[in-house]
Amino acid sequence: MRSPESPVLSISGLIKDVGPLATLDGKMLRVVSGVSLVAERGQVTALLGANGAGKTTTIECAQGLQARSGGTISLLGQDPASAGADLRARVGVMLQDGGLPPSARPIPLLRHIAGMYARPRSVDELVERLGIDTFSRTSVRRLSGGQKQRLALAAALIGNPEALFLDEPSAGLDPQSRQLVFELIAELRDAGMGIILTTHLMDDAQRLADYVYIIDAGRNVAEGTVAQLLQRDPAVESGTEHIRTLFFEAPAGLDLTGVLPEPIAVSETRAGSYVATGPLTPEDLASLASWWAAHGVMPGSLSMEARSLEDVFLDVSGKDIR
Amino acid sequence: MTVPPVNAARQAPAPLLRRILLQGKYESLTMLRNGEQLILAVVLPLLALVGLTVTPFLDGLGGSRVNVAVPGILALCAMSTAFTGQGIATGFDRRYGVLRFLSTTPLGRAGLVAGKALAVLAVLALQVAVVSAVALPLGWNPPAAGWLPGLALLVLGAAAFTALGLLVAGTVRPEATLAITNLLWILLGALGGIVIPPERLPGAAQVIVHYLPSGALGEALREAFLSGTIDAGAALILLVWTVLAGAAAIRWFKWN
Repeated sequence: MRSPESPVLSISGLIKDVGPLATLDGKMLRVVSGVSLVAERGQVTALLGANGAGKTTTIECAQGLQARSGGTISLLGQDPASAGADLRARVGVMLQDGGLPPSARPIPLLRHIAGMYARPRSVDELVERLGIDTFSRTSVRRLSGGQKQRLALAAALIGNPEALFLDEPSAGLDPQSRQLVFELIAELRDAGMGIILTTHLMDDAQRLADYVYIIDAGRNVAEGTVAQLLQRDPAVESGTEHIRTLFFEAPAGLDLTGVLPEPIAVSETRAGSYVATGPLTPEDLASLASWWAAHGVMPGSLSMEARSLEDVFLDVSGKDIR
Repeated sequence: MTVPPVNAARQAPAPLLRRILLQGKYESLTMLRNGEQLILAVVLPLLALVGLTVTPFLDGLGGSRVNVAVPGILALCAMSTAFTGQGIATGFDRRYGVLRFLSTTPLGRAGLVAGKALAVLAVLALQVAVVSAVALPLGWNPPAAGWLPGLALLVLGAAAFTALGLLVAGTVRPEATLAITNLLWILLGALGGIVIPPERLPGAAQVIVHYLPSGALGEALREAFLSGTIDAGAALILLVWTVLAGAAAIRWFKWN
């Protein structure tokens, strides 16, 4: 999946220590200890992790907003810690808190930022595409969370960057805005932009990312395409089957031993609620249905889910994402 | 919106000077649109000017009331804009991530600081024009030789107060910046030797006031606009404040 073309961002062994002032005991605290990642052009690369995992610190070092304590970073072939306006002109940044002045109105603000570039994108087109025209007379402080996010995305795109950083892009977005923003991100990716996003939402990563790095406690814990990560299961190390989970409700106390083949595990999680997990095939479903027919069992409810990134996260970090 | 192919023509920053001018214009307009800021920058200094010319408070200091009052009022304007106004604006920009966002654009940190300094100078120029327009009909007649050193020292004073304002804004919470810069504006304005010459302050205060940026700027401007000469000692004190506060701001300013 990784392209041979030079990546937009390459981080190797990033270390970030904070302190001694920032921590209470007066010692240095290592918030990022050896994160490495590569983000390609024309791809969405996601950094996935719980709050406090070190995602924002990692990308802020890549943006040159924080000084790193160790490791190397190459953003469009330059070191962001020492690069100047030439590099900043080719990189777009959408911060988690937006970073827009509360008293500003959307369009004059975008025109102001556009003035910082030699060849900015058309403000009018961005305004229309992101639906900013519907709130163009409202000051930033009165905008809803979703409106602020759309404006912050427009501000990040105004310079038509080659590399785009999005820190928690769907925070505060209503479903329509989210759809709008996700479609635009996919389009920009297809146009060749290298997009790096951080998120603690599995769904964002699953819907947007071409390649995912899972970060926990300041370290890489897993990486791969979404499909690769979903196949990664300690029970089926070498298998290529998709792990699925089947839920059904039926009379309590059924003995389902031997109905489904190994390594599928069936358990009754509470009286009358059953869960079957593993590389389920259509044949397995047929066997289960035959068994129900033979025993006169009609399930009360029935649903199936593919293995989610949430499960993968749980496996690799040993903790819940939220 | 059509999505242009990325990297069709590699993006470049606008020229440095244009970026700084744009930011200076943007920040000046933001300052002038802020009502509280306008009161602090224009209304209060004008009230103080009128107050000092109709009361006998400044009598017997070697010049007419208005001639003694105006240099102090100009110094007060510099403190209002560079220290209090700009300090509070920067403090809240920092809280809302505006400083971080703008420093990721081609403007950058240095351009941002330069833009702020430019906005301070632009607003200060407007204040000088307004104060002069009110003071000249009231009989203000500074010596012609006083303008050049007077304005140069005003700019130096603005630099010292900008550095102090950034130091406060970059190290404490914005609410604390608001409290500190407003309180100091009142204290230094009343007792810092800025509007009221040190001679009119209690003996113990006089010694200290000469070394404060407020007292040094007030004294230097009175010397320039009353007699057309340069108070080298006061100018040196302002320079030292500018360098020390500037170095401290560079060392301790927190961008987020």
